Amino acid sequence: MSTVVEAPAAPASRTPLGGPIVQITALRKSYGTNEVLKGIDLTVKRGEVIAIIGKSGSGKSTLLRCINGLEVFQEGSLTVDGKPLLHESAMAMRELRQRVGMIFQGFNLFPHLTVGKNVMLAPTLVKKRSKPEAEAQAKKLLARVGLAEKFDAMPDQLSGGQQQRVAIARALAMEPAVLLCDEITSALDPELVGEVLRVVESLADEGMTLLMVTHEMSFARKVSDRLIFMHQGRVHEMGPPTEVFGNPQTPELKQFLSSLHD
Amino acid sequence: MNDFSLWDILRNLLLALRWTVVLSLIAFIGGGVVGGLLLFLRLRAGKWLDRAIGTYVQLFQGTPLLMQLFLAYFGIALMGVEVSAWTAATVALTLYTSAYLTEIWRGCVASISKGQWEASNSLALSFGEQLRHVILPQAVKIATAPTVGFLVQVVKGTALASVIGFVELTKAGSMISNATFRPFVVFSCVALLYFALCFPISLYAKHLERKINVNRR
Amino acid sequence: MEFDFGAVLVDWRLLAKGIVWTIGLTAIATVIGMALGVACAWARASGPTWLRWVVGSYVELIRNTPFIVQLFFIFFGLPAAGVMLTPETASIIAMVANLGAYATEIIRAGIEATPKGQIEAAVSLALNRMQVFLRVVLPPAMKKVWPAMVSQIIIVMLGSAVCSQISVEELSYAANLIQSRNFRAFEAFIIATLLYLALSVGLRRLLNWAGPKYFFGR
Repeated sequence: MSTVVEAPAAPASRTPLGGPIVQITALRKSYGTNEVLKGIDLTVKRGEVIAIIGKSGSGKSTLLRCINGLEVFQEGSLTVDGKPLLHESAMAMRELRQRVGMIFQGFNLFPHLTVGKNVMLAPTLVKKRSKPEAEAQAKKLLARVGLAEKFDAMPDQLSGGQQQRVAIARALAMEPAVLLCDEITSALDPELVGEVLRVVESLADEGMTLLMVTHEMSFARKVSDRLIFMHQGRVHEMGPPTEVFGNPQTPELKQFLSSLHD
Repeated sequence: MNDFSLWDILRNLLLALRWTVVLSLIAFIGGGVVGGLLLFLRLRAGKWLDRAIGTYVQLFQGTPLLMQLFLAYFGIALMGVEVSAWTAATVALTLYTSAYLTEIWRGCVASISKGQWEASNSLALSFGEQLRHVILPQAVKIATAPTVGFLVQVVKGTALASVIGFVELTKAGSMISNATFRPFVVFSCVALLYFALCFPISLYAKHLERKINVNRR
Repeated sequence: MEFDFGAVLVDWRLLAKGIVWTIGLTAIATVIGMALGVACAWARASGPTWLRWVVGSYVELIRNTPFIVQLFFIFFGLPAAGVMLTPETASIIAMVANLGAYATEIIRAGIEATPKGQIEAAVSLALNRMQVFLRVVLPPAMKKVWPAMVSQIIIVMLGSAVCSQISVEELSYAANLIQSRNFRAFEAFIIATLLYLALSVGLRRLLNWAGPKYFFGR
């Protein structure tokens, strides 16, 4: 049982939403006999910011990971920027991942490379940028996330919040059209969460298409155009944050929201 | 009976020691090349090949090196190829080393967190690029200590080549012991020579291991 | 290339005797070797400095020399110093010494990983040192290092093949004897190898079952 309320225009300060960039139809995924995604239908517009919330085990992260191919789905279709997702084709997956970037809960910075090299690696290898070009871009992106001076530092010298910001810069270096954020502040100490969320908010303001799985409710309410509540592998409720938070239709969402206030 | 001085004994043993060293190096380097190839295949190709190579490893780890040497010696002869103790020993020890090294290295690659694969995947790196720029640099750091440690096993393994007639340090020891009737002295020297060869390597491996464990938190 | 495995299998009694000897040698070496390992591990972890040095030297000497050399030293070398040994006795001594050294290091790693709180709790309950070691420290340590211990026991079992060189009638000796009589060397050694493989697999299963049952509790 799911209720869908159409999203109104994006917050006034942002550029208007464009055409669809991610199209998901009847997506089903199982781990063995356990079905974790039970038929997902979702259209994401260019420039839209979507927050996905729900209990653990509801399939939120799995859905996100399907979009950039880290998880393989069994039924349904997934199209990014008009191109369908083909797991068997390494070329197609490579193309896809240049268009869709991901930030992880555990940062996953490459420990043996400096911060700068972490950001430069993919553009150099995949987009065949020259070293000076990649370096300039890396410096610019690191400045954008507030870490210009850490260019030559090693990841283990940085705090969690700093590492996550580097991870964001690293993903941005590939100039993706869509950014997937998988609980990117869940592993951070509370005082470091803000610096990361500020960067994400600025990305949203610049018109980046964002899909975020998050537990930061106030952030989701503030920044997202649409909120999706997932429950047991389905999109249970969907709509603008004020509607979803203020006027929950289903008992599951009501229970989820009240459990947050404990 | 006291025709042979300690120096005579040592001198002959040292000459044979050369062959121990040569055989060890050939087996270690050859085994490393084969092992590396097998590792690449294990990571790249499908489950079938992974399991096949796994069986290859089990065969070498679950059977005596002595048997492997005999099988190499008699097996190669069966194929019509002229086989010397040297050839058989080289082949057997190289394959033996390749099995152990591929398993050690596979363990090191497996210990690299899945997140590294996922992050580099998400950045659109190809498999080869992932291996070369993200996974292997980290795996090599972890693998250095156990790999160096295994070199000691290879050196000790060359001693068995004596049984198929290859004249390395142990065989020389047996021969000299028979000639001089001084087995206690001779085999003590043999043991000490192996020790002199292996102990520094062991120490180095331990040092490497300590270095890695300091860097990890 | 035609193979005649039958010519080898006809002498299955010899092979069976060889297997019994291999298992027997390994069993004795395991029991005594592990006991030695426990004692030396304790000595290295908490004994006086001189004892630590002695045990350390023993361990490093064994671990950095080939087993065949250790065997030859004990069987050929010791008689020259007055100690006469049968091949079987020499083999057992060599295998015990060998396993003991490796077991020392394996068990020591387990002992040293004991959380300090465990020892503090035991001491607070007025257990004496021996009791703390045998009842509180050793069982969890053994459980933790059991896979490594099992692997080492199998290595020693496979290493026992070398004892054929001093005429102990274990499995390799049997295979060698058979092939010297019927010239079916490849077949004989293949069969022996497969038997060793079966012994490895069987021994691993047995030890993985016996460990929890007898050595360290569920």
